[in-house]
Parts: sequence; C-alpha cells; structure tokens
Amino acid sequence: MALTLYEKIFNRHVVKKLDDSYLIYIDRHLIHEVTSPQAFDGIRLNNRKIWRTDSIVAVPDHNVPTLDRKKGIQDPISKIQVDTLDSNCAEFGLNQFKMNDIRQGIVHVIGPEQGLTLPGMTIVCGDSHTSTHGAFGALAMGIGTSEVEHVLATQCLIVKKLKTLQINVYGKTQNYITAKDIALAVIGHIGTAGGTGFAIEFTGEAITDLSMEGRMTLCNMAIEAGARAGMIAVDDTTIGYLEDRPYAPQGKMWEAAVSDWRLLVSDKGAIFDKVVNIDATMIEPQVTWGTSPEMVSSVLGFIPDPESQLGSKKTGYKQALEYMNLKPKMSISDIPIDRVFIGSCTNSRIEDLRNAAKIVQSKKVSKSIKQAMVVPGSGLVKMQAEKEGLDQIFIEAGFEWREPGCSMCLAMNADRLEAGEHCASTSNRNFEGRQGQGGRTHLVSPEMAAAAAIYGKFVDIRNL
Amino acid sequence: MEKYTKNSGIVIPLDRANVDTDAIIPKQFLKSVKKTGFGKNLFDEWRYLDHGEPDQAESSRQINPDFVLNQSCYKDATILLTRENFGCGSSREHAPWAILDYGIRTILAPSFADIFYGNCFKNGILPILISDELTQIFFDKSQNKKVLRLEIDLENQKIIDGINEYHFEIDEFKKHCLLEGLDDIGMTLQNAKDIELFETNYKQKFPWLTKE
Ligand code: SF4
Repeated sequence: MALTLYEKIFNRHVVKKLDDSYLIYIDRHLIHEVTSPQAFDGIRLNNRKIWRTDSIVAVPDHNVPTLDRKKGIQDPISKIQVDTLDSNCAEFGLNQFKMNDIRQGIVHVIGPEQGLTLPGMTIVCGDSHTSTHGAFGALAMGIGTSEVEHVLATQCLIVKKLKTLQINVYGKTQNYITAKDIALAVIGHIGTAGGTGFAIEFTGEAITDLSMEGRMTLCNMAIEAGARAGMIAVDDTTIGYLEDRPYAPQGKMWEAAVSDWRLLVSDKGAIFDKVVNIDATMIEPQVTWGTSPEMVSSVLGFIPDPESQLGSKKTGYKQALEYMNLKPKMSISDIPIDRVFIGSCTNSRIEDLRNAAKIVQSKKVSKSIKQAMVVPGSGLVKMQAEKEGLDQIFIEAGFEWREPGCSMCLAMNADRLEAGEHCASTSNRNFEGRQGQGGRTHLVSPEMAAAAAIYGKFVDIRNL
Repeated sequence: MEKYTKNSGIVIPLDRANVDTDAIIPKQFLKSVKKTGFGKNLFDEWRYLDHGEPDQAESSRQINPDFVLNQSCYKDATILLTRENFGCGSSREHAPWAILDYGIRTILAPSFADIFYGNCFKNGILPILISDELTQIFFDKSQNKKVLRLEIDLENQKIIDGINEYHFEIDEFKKHCLLEGLDDIGMTLQNAKDIELFETNYKQKFPWLTKE
C-alpha cells in the first residue's frame, strides 16, 4: 500500500496499540528551562527513573539575557529557572549546552545544527515550535509538561493517529519571496485552525527549492496553522545539510542511515486526508496586521474592513484592529514601526542573517526607528555571522548585535516592546502582549524586517 | 491528579475566539518552577489594568471592572464558556495550571487547539466540545450579568441546565482517566516489557538513531 511520509514514520514507532490510541517510541527529547522543572519534580516525587538519558539534550534559551552574559542572569526568578535546569541535568546525568557554551542557542536552532535532529526520528520538546524539526523528514511534536514527564519516564507518548494534510505549493516563487512568506500565505489561506488534527506535509517545487533553513522556517510555522506537526520529505538538500554534523552518524553508519533516509518520502499514489494547492507564483511579501497569524496581507494590500466579515470573524477583526490601533482600509505601507526584531526559532539562522544583511548593507536604520536588533539563533550562528562580517554590516547600519536566545520573540527576558509600540518582527506569533504588554507585532520575513528598519515602514522588497 | 466526576457551578462567559495561551497566562508568570499559584494571574492582561509581575500581591493590583472574571455575579464560577480555537499558541501547561488553580474544572467551546485540549485532561480539567448553536444558546443565557448554572455529568456525558440535557462526546480512555484520576505514566509503565522489546528490535534496525 502506498503510504504517506507521516504514516511511514508513525508505523516505525508504534510500540503498542492501545484502545483507540497508540504508544509510540520517542527517539529524541529536547529540553529547555521553562517547561521541564515540574516534569523533573514529578519524576523525583514518584521515585521514577529516566528511561533513556542519551535521548535527551537540554539547553536554556527562553530566559537567557542577550546582553552582557558574563554578568550572569540579573532577574532572580529567571535565574532560578536556568539554575534548576542545570541542577536537574547534573542530577540525572543529562547532556546540556549551558548558557555560556558556544553551542547554546534556541532549542529548535541547535537541534538541527548539531545533527541531533535526524530523518525518521520522533522528536519531542516541551515547546510548540518543535514542529520545526519536521523539515528533516522527522515526526516532531510539541508537548506539554505532563508529557515531558511521561517521555522522561517511559520514552513513549500516548497519541492518536493524526489525519494527513498535503499542502502542495506548486510553481516557483518570485525573487525575494521567502519561506516565511510561504508560511504566512498558507496560514492566511487555511486559517490558524486549518491544520488542527492534521500532520501537514509540504510538497511542491517551491518547497523542494527551499534550503534546509527555509524548510525549518516553514515547518516551524505549521503549529501556527494549528497542526501538531509539519514535515517535508527527505532529499539531497536534507542529506547534504546533515553530513558531518557533530551528532550525525559517521562512516559506515552514515551510509546505512542515508540509504534508509531515502525511503522517507510519501509514496506515489499515497492518499492524504486533505489536499490544499497553493500557487507559489502568486505569493507576495507578507505582513501581518492583526493579533493572529492568519490576519495577514500582501505588503501591497490594505487592512480589511471588519464590517465586511461575518460572525465571530467580524468581532475578532474589530478587537484586533482596536488593539493594534489601526484603521480599516489603511494601506500596509502606512503602518508605523517603532522597533525591528530579527531573531527567534523561525528566522535566526545563518541564511536569515545573510539575507537580511544584504538588504542592510551600506545603509542606515531610519531615524524613526527606536531600536533595531539582531539576535542570532545560536552561539555557532553568531560565530559564523561574525566570521562573514555580517555583525559589522548590522552594527554600522545601527542595529544592535546580541547574544543568542529567544529574546523579544516572547519577551521573557529584558528584551521587550513598550505598550503601544509596533514591531516588525521575524518571529512567529503576533498575539496580544506576546512581545511585551501592549506591544503590537507585525510578522514578516528577515528581508522585510531589514527593509522596514531602513525605510521606517513596510516596503516591497522586490522593488528595492 | 484530582478525580473528575461531576461539576456543577456558574458559567463565566468569555466571548472571544482564538484565546491564546499568552492571554491565558502571560509569560512573565511562566518563570515559576511550580505547578500552582498561577490562578491569580489567569487572563492577567484582561483582568487587571496595570502590568503584573510574579510575586506581586493581588491587593496591590488595579482591577479591570469590565472584564467578566471581575464581575461579582461570576465569582466562584467553575465553568468557562468561550468561542472557537480556545488555547491556541504554545504547548505550555502553565495555561491549564492557571485555569485549574483559579478553580475552573470545565471548559465549553466549539473547538480547542490540539495541544491545549490534551493538556487539560492531564490536569483534571474537562474540555467539552459543543456545537455552535449550543455555544450561542449558553452565551445568550449567561451574558450581561445573567447567571447560568450548569451541571456536568461526566459518567453519563451530559450537560444539564436545569431544564434541558445535552449529550457530549468524549474519548473513552480520557474519560476513564478523568473519572479515576489516573496518571498515565503509571499506566504506560505497565507496558515496560513491550517497550524494552521494541527498543531491542529498533536498535538493531536503526542503529544510528540510538547511538549517542
Ligand atoms: S524563539 Fe520564540 S517561539 Fe521559538 S522557542 Fe523561543 S520563545 Fe518559543
């Protein structure tokens, strides 16, 4: 029988069928400081052991400061959380990239970077953007703390089989259209609940054309479309990226692995529960104007009129515009911008920084912008960027160049918006207060964010 | 986990769609390493007019009188009524912990975000999917400071409003766990032999996945 990629990976991991769910085996468990302390407590409280410590890699990312790291963490409560991760890792003998390790970074950036993320794996992390790792032909899912504890204790998860949704992005994208624009266009099309209950597989020429960085950006946003998992079939791009990564198999083992990974594609004739086709040639640079990623428009577009919407959408649009302090029918290019944030697990990889730097090169951040910052996704991304001189391009233009971490993506550390400020951000969520209470987020690609910093407004980067 | 058999109480009508986990519990409160104490910051940005920080005394906060949770008629409510896609956003369990800590045991909505839905069951909260029509009926009966009392009977899968009874669907396994207050780790560990056997075969087949 012809199988989808999701089914192939799922089947490999079934330990046992329970009544109407399955016990599936987990290969990789990534851990960070925010969602793990209560899980470790549970293990201790019940006198349980960790099933397979070598499947676990931990890293602090959400709370770490992006300035003056040598001084340590100033916020005492953040510090407790990071210290708790340290002590739990020490107590249970877990591999951790500590705050001052060059390999430290956002959990979803370092997994692939280290080759900890491999095709065919089941990967979990107490973080919804775990979907990122699906870019490698893996089944990667975000879980809650109870499930973190469950995986620690049993190496398994109890799951239902998801339905499969193929999102086929056919044709080639225009120049300057990035994976982020594809992601936002898809969410604009199917809505933030469009993927609920599904594992999405992205297919089509526009997808296979993407680099691994781009594929990660896209799968990262699958959760914003409501899907537990996003995935992309294995091809030469996947394999090329993984070769010689520190934790990837080597030598004979590599050969064996690669021949298995080649099988990790949906078979010809495999049937998906649902198929959505999107014409890549029609995708324009995307900008969100509201408080949900589905409230998105082309940069050439206008803010919609809530009055022309029906039912709860009408109320939702009204509430969003009120919060964002924007008026119906206003042009996207008239949205004021106060700050620019390039970073997060969506867009903080080396390719993102290179592309943003190209736009910024030999230009200056507009006087109307209060702050523009770049927060690399990991210590190694930062080091690579510095080797290429990207840091200098950003700094000379007037950007701040920070230490790696989640930073202003969710504003758990000191990096945050003031109430009322608008931010052009490469992150993944524009929810109310996400980047600081009262802050207003506009999700865009790194190129669009860089251009917004230079011109002080959203511009069509295709015409620069 | 505390058992869930029946829950009767007042309904809080939260008339919003797509309520996300950041709205349920803003991130400054996620720094705790405990599971309790989040209730006072449930819906913090809507509930208070000032910006809240962890460890701040509730008495020093500026209450937003317009927000439903602050209206005296909904005090001590144990059932939350809301609109579609409730709990979207992050996988953080702090959201259900905050809801539970506040005292809510049941959430009624026409749809939920996947991860949040699953997390509720793991914490003894019953999320019930109801039709759009029933959602509207309950909103009509509870808005503008009207008080709607419901009784939820999990065993018989019924919502009772004094006059009418409405049936709801729920996964058998999840129902069983809620009724018994079962911890699913203990149940999974009953399969330890199967897991070990699986692991042995798996390591032979995919040796590159299990090597450190
Ligand atoms: S960068 Fe943002 S979305 Fe990604 S893991 Fe960190 S907080 Fe979550």
